[in-house]
Amino acid sequence: MSVTPDSTSDLSRRSLLQRAAAAGLLATPAAGLLAGCVSGGGDSGPKAEGEKSADNPLGVKEDAELEIVIFNGGLGSKYATDVHIPSYKKKFPKANVKFSETQEVGTVLQPRFTSNTPPDMVNNAGSKLMDQGALVQAGQVQDLTELFEAESLDQPGMKVKDTLIPGTIAQGTFNDKPYVLNYAFTVFGLWYDAALFEKNGWTAPKTWAEFTALCDKIKAAGITPYSYAGANAAYYQYLVMLTSAAKIGGPDVLKNIDNLEDGAWQADAVKQAAEAWAEIGAKYGNKAHLGLKHTEVQLQHNQGKVAFYPSGSWLENEQAKDTPPGFKYAVMPTPSVTGADKLPQTAVYAAAGEMYFVAAKGKNPRGGMEYLRHMLSKEGAKGFTQLTKVLTVVKGAVDGLEISPGLTSSNAMLTAAGSDYFAYRFDTWYKKLDDEARSATNELMFRGGTAQKFCDRMQKAADAVKKDSSIEKFKR
Amino acid sequence: MRHGKYPFIVGFLAAPVAIYVTFVIAPYAQAFYVAMTSWRGVDANPSFVGLQNFERLLQDDVFWTALRHHGVLLLAMPLITIVLALFFAFMLNVGGGGRGGAMTGVWGSKFYRVVFFFPQILAVVIVAVIFGRVYAPDESGLLNATLGAVGLEPLLFMADPGIALWCVIAVLVWQAVGFYVVLFSAGMASIPKDIYEAATIDGANRVNMFFRVTLPLLWDTLQVAWVYLGIAAFDAFALVWVLSVDRGGPDRATTVLGVEIYRNAFEYSQFGYASAMGVALFFLTITFAALTLRVSRRETIEL
Repeated sequence: MSVTPDSTSDLSRRSLLQRAAAAGLLATPAAGLLAGCVSGGGDSGPKAEGEKSADNPLGVKEDAELEIVIFNGGLGSKYATDVHIPSYKKKFPKANVKFSETQEVGTVLQPRFTSNTPPDMVNNAGSKLMDQGALVQAGQVQDLTELFEAESLDQPGMKVKDTLIPGTIAQGTFNDKPYVLNYAFTVFGLWYDAALFEKNGWTAPKTWAEFTALCDKIKAAGITPYSYAGANAAYYQYLVMLTSAAKIGGPDVLKNIDNLEDGAWQADAVKQAAEAWAEIGAKYGNKAHLGLKHTEVQLQHNQGKVAFYPSGSWLENEQAKDTPPGFKYAVMPTPSVTGADKLPQTAVYAAAGEMYFVAAKGKNPRGGMEYLRHMLSKEGAKGFTQLTKVLTVVKGAVDGLEISPGLTSSNAMLTAAGSDYFAYRFDTWYKKLDDEARSATNELMFRGGTAQKFCDRMQKAADAVKKDSSIEKFKR
Repeated sequence: MRHGKYPFIVGFLAAPVAIYVTFVIAPYAQAFYVAMTSWRGVDANPSFVGLQNFERLLQDDVFWTALRHHGVLLLAMPLITIVLALFFAFMLNVGGGGRGGAMTGVWGSKFYRVVFFFPQILAVVIVAVIFGRVYAPDESGLLNATLGAVGLEPLLFMADPGIALWCVIAVLVWQAVGFYVVLFSAGMASIPKDIYEAATIDGANRVNMFFRVTLPLLWDTLQVAWVYLGIAAFDAFALVWVLSVDRGGPDRATTVLGVEIYRNAFEYSQFGYASAMGVALFFLTITFAALTLRVSRRETIEL
């Protein structure tokens, strides 16, 4: 069979090239990028359920498979495979626990939630985490009330909720229902090298005047007194700035910000804090650090080139490999900005973090909750801290444990704070506001911005979020 | 033998068309649909909101900032790349002057041709990481170390909103030039030697030769290059994502639509809105390409 074209091809070089260009259009970037993710999903089928008893308060089906997914980041995943899974299997020997770990939680799990075949328990963390608010909004997350009301695994007579540091459950509450367990307890402050300070006869400052006086001395010694990484870690900085604001005006300053109250960002306390920190940025910072990543600045901190660095209590573990032998991590609360601060200088930002939740539409939500109960046992918590050097929300779990200098220091700071600790939620509730705060903070600290501009800019962004009907609002 | 022609053609086309429809056309169609919903990415049944996302888009400052950046990219990137590539291609092919009747490139042109192509074979992410070190804002950076050695103050590069976008453009040009040198070289190779000979006999120098002979005969290739580079200017996502401060910063000074689509989809979980941006980007790119092909249409010499 032969095929003859109807007419001789007049395909000139020109028209060929034109067609080639037109074909190039089909490679238009990004337009079809997102569409691949939508797909309908049917109902998720029956849930495994067993008999409830004193020994099995959550009614777990003893031979039902349990699937868990752990984020493998700074904390690793050994705590799950070595501590929590064995604990679960000891209690339910017939159950198979299907474990997997990932560094990109969203990439791996988003399609499974969309198709209603999610794993039972998920550690939603890391830079690719899923929007927890959106998951709750879509009915994908199991209400954990039953778990918190159940008896603790190894503290008989106590309900799970009574074994936790106050505020834990609130931290995972969305519109009055507890959906998420924030397991790791993180405390934030300004980190320094105790050995370096001791050598130079410097002591941790308590007031702003002491702070700036010390920064002058540090600067004279040829060290950058204060820095953070603008390229990807500006949130460490707005965290300490808002910590200062909360100390000046009391924790309600942060509550108003979270609740998107009118003018919350323009409150005097926020402005005063921004002013004080802007001065630190302008006088004692290093403009080039706007272009650095957190790992680079933390390395400079380890090398004694930066004196104070704002971060959370994971810092010591994160830097374990790069910390030189003589370096002794220590942490202090932010100094008081005014003499009339509402909260004492010892007050700190501390919060339960690292989210774990149970999928409501999974096959074994009861098993998922039971797994969390094992994590919240005293033994489970102790094992976690031993492996990660990070405290958990379980009260008194580390009593009698040998801990590192940084952990000792943050523990001491937390003890000194007593009940004066606080946290905000807006950064996870409204990711957009988090991004804006990062940009605004970089402008304030590195690029000569003013406190007034910072407050106005943030207020504008908060108002826009408030007005946006497509974003679900949360209250606390 | 016309009989059976269509079944024959259909037999060949069915499989590729089916694959194309499934993996290209269908996702596009779906993107248009998602753009009209308020889908948040974790829900199986998105709700329909009509053109609301596009209304929001018009009032979104960030969207307009990104568009402005695409405008700058669209003007600067193809222009600089094409001028450089033309210059290099001319030097590699014709710049050596006539030798024994044939036009040759400058000395060592075969070596340069390979070297120019190197950046093209590096993955964008690797290029971005390399330039992250080149542009490092302190004395550890390649450029700043050089500046320091001659006694100049360090520049902030990616951390300076005034020049950050230009730093990105420089990298895009650096990476693209090699490919277009090869493309233009191929174009130049197809220009008949006797035209150059005739021009040489008439006493044309290299400049005249370039503007009177090479450029007009290369017009079609240039047009294609312009469309390709224009489309590339609507992308730039990977480079900006990895290289820039605060992903598209500082303060959105280097952001492009791809970055904002990613942010809205995977960070704010507003897949509907992000898709609306994608749809806008789709029409922008199509419009640009159609315009370019139309505006640059002119009489060409068929060889």
